[in-house]
Amino acid sequence: MELQAVLMAAGGGSRMTDLTYNTPKAMLSVGNRPLIWYPLNLLERVGFDEVIVITTKGVQKMMSADLKLKKDVKMKLDFVCIPEDTDMDTADALRHIHPKIKTDILVLSCDLITDVSLHDVVDMFRAHDATLAMLMSKAHEFTETVPGQKGKKKTAEQRDFVGLDQSGKRILFMANEVDLENGLSIRKSILTKHPRIFIKTGLVDAHLYCMKKEVVEFLMDNKSISSVRGDLVPYLMRKQFSKTRTCPKLNDDADEQSQKRSDSSTNNELLISSPDDPLLQLAQELSCWNDHHGDMSEAYHGGKLRCYVHIMDQGLCFRVNTLAAYMEVNRLVPKLLFEEPAVHPSAVISERCQMGSDSMIGAQCQIADKTSIKRSTIGSSTTIKEKVRVTNSIIMQGVTIEEGCNVQGSVICSNVVIGRGSYLKYCLVGSGQRIEPAADKTNEVIVGTDQMMEI
Amino acid sequence: MDDNGASDESGKKADIERSKSEGKELSKEEKQRLRKEKKQQKKNKDKKDEAAKPDGGAGAPSPSHKSPSSAPGADAPVAPVEPAKGKAEPTAEKRPRRDSDRSSKKRDGGQQQAAASVAKPKVPPGELQPVVKRLPEHVQVDDPVVVKKWAKKLERQQIPLRSDYGYKVSLFSHLHQYSRKAPLTQQVSIPSSVIHPAIVRLGLRYSEGIVTGSNARAVALLHTFKQVIRDYTTPPTEDLARDLINKLKPYISFLNQCRPLSASMGNSIKYLKKEIANIPSHCKEDEAKSKLLGCIDSYVKEKIILAAKAIAEIAIEKISDGDVILIYGCSSLVDRILCEASRAGRKFRVIVADSRPRLEGREALRRLVRRGVGCTYVLVSVISYVLPEVSKVLLGAHALLANGYMMSRVGTSQIALVAKAFNVLVLVCCETYKFCERVQTDSFVSNELDDPDNLIVTRKGRTQLARWQDVRSLGLLNLVYDVTPPDFVDVVITELGMIPCTSVPVVLRVKSVNL
Repeated sequence: MELQAVLMAAGGGSRMTDLTYNTPKAMLSVGNRPLIWYPLNLLERVGFDEVIVITTKGVQKMMSADLKLKKDVKMKLDFVCIPEDTDMDTADALRHIHPKIKTDILVLSCDLITDVSLHDVVDMFRAHDATLAMLMSKAHEFTETVPGQKGKKKTAEQRDFVGLDQSGKRILFMANEVDLENGLSIRKSILTKHPRIFIKTGLVDAHLYCMKKEVVEFLMDNKSISSVRGDLVPYLMRKQFSKTRTCPKLNDDADEQSQKRSDSSTNNELLISSPDDPLLQLAQELSCWNDHHGDMSEAYHGGKLRCYVHIMDQGLCFRVNTLAAYMEVNRLVPKLLFEEPAVHPSAVISERCQMGSDSMIGAQCQIADKTSIKRSTIGSSTTIKEKVRVTNSIIMQGVTIEEGCNVQGSVICSNVVIGRGSYLKYCLVGSGQRIEPAADKTNEVIVGTDQMMEI
Repeated sequence: MDDNGASDESGKKADIERSKSEGKELSKEEKQRLRKEKKQQKKNKDKKDEAAKPDGGAGAPSPSHKSPSSAPGADAPVAPVEPAKGKAEPTAEKRPRRDSDRSSKKRDGGQQQAAASVAKPKVPPGELQPVVKRLPEHVQVDDPVVVKKWAKKLERQQIPLRSDYGYKVSLFSHLHQYSRKAPLTQQVSIPSSVIHPAIVRLGLRYSEGIVTGSNARAVALLHTFKQVIRDYTTPPTEDLARDLINKLKPYISFLNQCRPLSASMGNSIKYLKKEIANIPSHCKEDEAKSKLLGCIDSYVKEKIILAAKAIAEIAIEKISDGDVILIYGCSSLVDRILCEASRAGRKFRVIVADSRPRLEGREALRRLVRRGVGCTYVLVSVISYVLPEVSKVLLGAHALLANGYMMSRVGTSQIALVAKAFNVLVLVCCETYKFCERVQTDSFVSNELDDPDNLIVTRKGRTQLARWQDVRSLGLLNLVYDVTPPDFVDVVITELGMIPCTSVPVVLRVKSVNL
């Protein structure tokens, strides 16, 4: 077996609490499918047969109840439930499932929606025998107005500084602006090996990591690392340039053994050599390939720990962890799902309804006459009465919109009732709410009072 | 398999086709007739070979076994067939069991298949026996029939087919030309289940160029095969030897598509297959596996590591103080010789000739300079200017062919030619495991085409060839190998000593006798 997929679906969606206070993030509906379907679909398309899904009991129950999901996803899902009250982060979760891990792993987050060809990432992992291979994408500006937001979003604090080598494939360091108060400092050991570094700020991390099995072993020994993205990945990047004892140019077995013993224990885990390493070492020595030119060191500068990144410049790659991302993704998702018709066959749509081609209608909807639906996603079991205009909005399941409403640029969560003649512009209506008739709301977040107390 | 066996019998072919198309059930008479014919042929063969080894219940009275009813007696006609060579004998016991399985499944096809598979191990070509069809050794991509056969073979082995890329120069249109941007792994599922993951990695490393050089490729291949053998378990009904070889065949096709196999790899595979076939069938699986792993280790040790050491020792004799040595590209063996010579205290300097697009000389340069050897770096276009000061030319070879020609990186024959014109000594270093039985006199028939996009280079911000595909009359040719005639090579240094180029067939003959 080559790779095991691990899907982290226990996250809470802390940056979009208005959407997630009733539904867990993994089950938020995007394009009339639960969010978790997208990474599962990606894995299935690529050829995985089974996935380890780390999630909460609630999500597992919802997923088992969702028959459509069961039908669509043919892979075997191995659920590992984490109790909700423990403060377990992603690396802790990996430690938790350590007995199940037998080979290298591919860790994904449940909020990743992408159409990347995974072999780009995995090929780098395979070809260069990397310890870590990750995926990043050019960040998209979210241009649509987000309900409930006053003023422009401050993007400066969120910037990640990513340092790449000359080929653009190896990632040398990654630092968030928040952590850099005085400036970005680059160690000399990095600069001597890579005199040309490209520093990029417009990249977003897709949270898709391909890691060697030894990394999980390493996690077992180092319990202080709790988050994959926050602690483990930067640590691995730093360790690429840590001072290993210089590798002798002509390796014999004896030298290698003593060198390994003298290494620190952490390095030992990461440099675990298979019993056949002498042959592989010999092959690399005899091969006349080098990944860099101009200095006197051999391929990879003799470093055994390598981190690679694949940067997508075309195609979709989104992490649905903010409201803006959620709205953007809903608009783009119809392009992703071409095999499914935009309009579900069981929806009842009257002929006098004007529906744009980029809208999606879920199952068992009822759409009456003289309605106009443009660039919107309508969830299942929704009822839309006459003379309603829905533009640029996301309407989840079980919603009832009475006659004469005008919903623009809004997010209406599940089981909401909107009274007749309302005009909602750039609003976010939490689930289960009722909007009184003839309401006129602009740029408001309407959630239940009990939710307001949660903060 | 059964198609091959049956179709080669010219007389029967029409009958069998007809009856197969009619009802998939040959009549009893036809089956009997078929078997009789096969028996006759085998009898003739047996008489010639004098391999009288009566099995239990076998022996001469084979015709008498045919008279009882055909169908249930599927085992009987097959069992008495005596294997001519002793090697096939242990498998004869397995054959009745396997054939009875087959016959219980589908009777008509089973007998053909049984008879044909028995016929196969006795190969003598040119007899009435069915001749085993092999795909031609030379690649023929421009022949659609061959391409279709090749595609069918790959489909059977469940290996994806890699498609060619770009316009090929007409003289080389019979060779494959792949693009690095479309690796074969795109069509392999991500946790690769059909192909062993180590083989996928190796194939990727070959196609990306991370493992280059015939020695490196052979060693990496053997390392990967060791992993495959370690992870291999024999299915309960199969023979380890046969099944393991069958498992390795698709992997070899896969690697061939990632990058055409080198001569060193080919010879290593032949050796490994021979070793696997030689495993006695009574051997337990663990024992057999450890034996094979040991064989691989000893092969690498003898043929590559120790051979390199021996060659270095012999070659150092030829290097004297004050020498100016010209090398071309990066050969692991030449690098080793020069490093040893430098360590032995010889004072010499080196001129490294290099060529685009690979620019492998940079790596050779790095290794030599690191050792402290004084080097000059030139491109191959100026060798006629540097040759007057050169005392020896030291070249590495990819393979030595049976007619004395040497196959090496493209540009080597150029250097040998110019060196000959200047009367400079040309030494070629090559281990004997790279000697191959092919015969070639030109560089066209069998070569390798690399990715044409590698020729595109950006200078001062301008990429002239970026749109080469739009220009109809433009073709980019990126050859990898060329062939040097033996007249330009003065001596070949092998671990057997210094031999002239024309002695290669002698070495090959001696090797095959020893095997």
